Amino acid sequence: MLKYLFAKNEDIPAGSAAIYFGFSAIVWFVIGTGLGSFNAAKLAFPDFVTGSEYFAFGHMRQVHVHAVIFGWISMAFAMAMMYITPALGNTRLWSEKLGIWNAFLWNVGLSLGLFLLWAGLTSGREYSDFIWPIDLYIAAFIALPLAVNVWMTIVTRRTQGIYTTNWFFAAGTFMVIIVFLTGNLPEWFHLTGLTEAYLTWWFAHNVLGLWITPVAAAIAYYTIPKVTGNPLYSHRIGHLHFWSVVVFYSTPAAHHLMSAPLPEWLKSFASVEGVLILVPAIAFVSNLLLTMQGKWNMFVENLEVRFTITGVLMAIPLNMQGGFQQTRAINWYIHGTGWIVAHAHLALLGFSTFLEAAAVYLGLQSLMKRKLYSLALGNMHFWMLLIGFSIYWISMTIAGLIQGAGKIYEVPYIDVVIAEHPYMIARWIGGTLVFMSNVIWLYNMWMTARAGTVVPAGRMPHELAYER
Amino acid sequence: MSLGVNFREYKIGARMFGLALGGSMCITLFLPSFDFRSAVSTDMALDKQLSAGWETGWNIYDPLMLGKNKPLKVLVKADPKTGQALAQPVWAYVYNQGTPSPNGVDHPDNLGGPVETLSKTKGRIGEAKNGAPTVYLISHEGTVPYIEDATATMGWTPEMVLSKAQDSDIEHDGEGKTLFVREGCWWCHTLLPEETQDWQVFGAPPMLGDFNGESPTAFGSDRKAPDLLHVGSRNSSREWMMLHFFNPRLVQPHSIMPRFDYLWGEKDASGNTIDYAKWRQDYDDYHAGKRDYPPEVPVPAKDSEARALIDWVLSLK
Repeated sequence: MLKYLFAKNEDIPAGSAAIYFGFSAIVWFVIGTGLGSFNAAKLAFPDFVTGSEYFAFGHMRQVHVHAVIFGWISMAFAMAMMYITPALGNTRLWSEKLGIWNAFLWNVGLSLGLFLLWAGLTSGREYSDFIWPIDLYIAAFIALPLAVNVWMTIVTRRTQGIYTTNWFFAAGTFMVIIVFLTGNLPEWFHLTGLTEAYLTWWFAHNVLGLWITPVAAAIAYYTIPKVTGNPLYSHRIGHLHFWSVVVFYSTPAAHHLMSAPLPEWLKSFASVEGVLILVPAIAFVSNLLLTMQGKWNMFVENLEVRFTITGVLMAIPLNMQGGFQQTRAINWYIHGTGWIVAHAHLALLGFSTFLEAAAVYLGLQSLMKRKLYSLALGNMHFWMLLIGFSIYWISMTIAGLIQGAGKIYEVPYIDVVIAEHPYMIARWIGGTLVFMSNVIWLYNMWMTARAGTVVPAGRMPHELAYER
Repeated sequence: MSLGVNFREYKIGARMFGLALGGSMCITLFLPSFDFRSAVSTDMALDKQLSAGWETGWNIYDPLMLGKNKPLKVLVKADPKTGQALAQPVWAYVYNQGTPSPNGVDHPDNLGGPVETLSKTKGRIGEAKNGAPTVYLISHEGTVPYIEDATATMGWTPEMVLSKAQDSDIEHDGEGKTLFVREGCWWCHTLLPEETQDWQVFGAPPMLGDFNGESPTAFGSDRKAPDLLHVGSRNSSREWMMLHFFNPRLVQPHSIMPRFDYLWGEKDASGNTIDYAKWRQDYDDYHAGKRDYPPEVPVPAKDSEARALIDWVLSLK
């Protein structure tokens, strides 16, 4: 890939940037989940790898979070945008070379940022942990080039209308830049106190609501119709989804600080708006499930459809939790407990990851014109990921409920720690399964590139039978 | 550009999109800014911002987050200029040459309402220069606290204050808070007792004006360990903190906190080199039942990171 950095744009084969992004994303997924497994081991066994600053939990935790968000999830998004946006516009990517540079600078900047976080150099603001020079780099060399490439590909499309997926891609890349620049205002202008705390969570909320959730959903709007051959069930429900995301998902940031001394009107407003995220959620899930009509056999037989629909189904518990756990009636019980950790993993490792994994599977096979090397390994990836995640989610949810009970009855804290111990071990086992499943995926994808059966011109990978 | 751009639906859609996102940002950012602006600093806020200093996250004045150009909080028992005993001891916040000014001095409008006015008029904070050696106090008019630039009002200098102070009267709080951020303590220990419970064990939840000028606030979101906002009121034992930081399992066998022995550095308080390998071996032997007592925990050196972090934790009243 690096040889294309200085090639002429027209000499770079179409899809190169997407392939570069795709493999980068999988590698970051392996690294990020490996770190997650390591951190979980430390919570279960605190003297596992002890005595070194660089392997202390407080130095590793944020590296895991940012490796999976910026490395895996966001690079998988970029991968999807690099091949889906031109495909839906019946055109080529606006600049393949910009895409290659984007992926290269993304890997370089993320490596540097994670190294600094690892060393403890942090803004001390959750989810905006990167120091502001890295934030500037992310805005200028990661977010902006991606957005320009997506917007220009849509502008230079050769279709009249714009398909649902591309509304979300265009809006998502725009909104993430606004959210990122605004959310880091405390660092740009040294805003302090409650303003800093509120903007930290304004960012954390909106980066999920206006970047990760809608872009993941947009991918599913492409994958399911493309692979099943069914048209999207309803364009209008797609509209409802899009507009309700912009209006309802951008407003409830304050519900992350329900126990902080924010203005009460803001908390009440956020809480009501927070319940309304069920509107885009129901629109999305129903639209996708209805698109599957008559093709449910593919949920069993086709790996991409299975990944996507599993992710879509996980959006149901995700949004039921998300809509209601932030109301005052429930939040006081579960705030700050493992329940929230479980919820965050349901969003990122459950819902979103399964949709992106499908896009990366489908995109890499289509662009490399190679059938997936091994269905058996693909199945192992799916089931280990799903079972590992489920163990993690169930154990952390239980741990969170124990913690919540301990909190409201003001049980001595150490008794909560003792009660949680078995669930910390279960969490570590689940996380380790997830990590191992991704190692298998990386091997399978690498072998697909090396030894997958060639997909004949004019054919889609899913039209060929699996061979192994 | 192609014909698609001129599609009428997309022009309307783009405007509606701008209206929706702009309206949302107006409600969630612009309107709350009036509430935040009206927050008046409390005593707690002034103490936190003066003792921690301008910034305890990453910043260009402390690029490696070593916490070395931070303010010191010093207990003053006698007027350092005249030598006269004070009616009661006061805490002075000592900003040596090169330590950036606290936020309330840098931007007095952050102090809010009467605190701002009093700090400017009676406290004379306008005379403090950023990075110049200055001593600050928290003074009161009635119940209203304000920042007093003691260098301007009484001629106190950092040298005077520090030369009269014993080491046990000095808290390295700015460095300690920096280490709290750098070492990721806040991934498990919150600094936010919740409003609906937590009163009995973790103490009173903070109020609107308790954070003015603090950066970062580091509330924490995922509580895997006790809240620390008032920990110094629950446990004021320096010895307990020392044992607990070196190896939490010495005082709490079920703790899952990491060992922070590496913050001791190379030498202990008596200047002896700390033999970590031997300590760990002895501890393992103790754990395995081969020793009756765990090994002695070295006393941290005066300028060690462990001392600064313990200073700050004990200061959380």
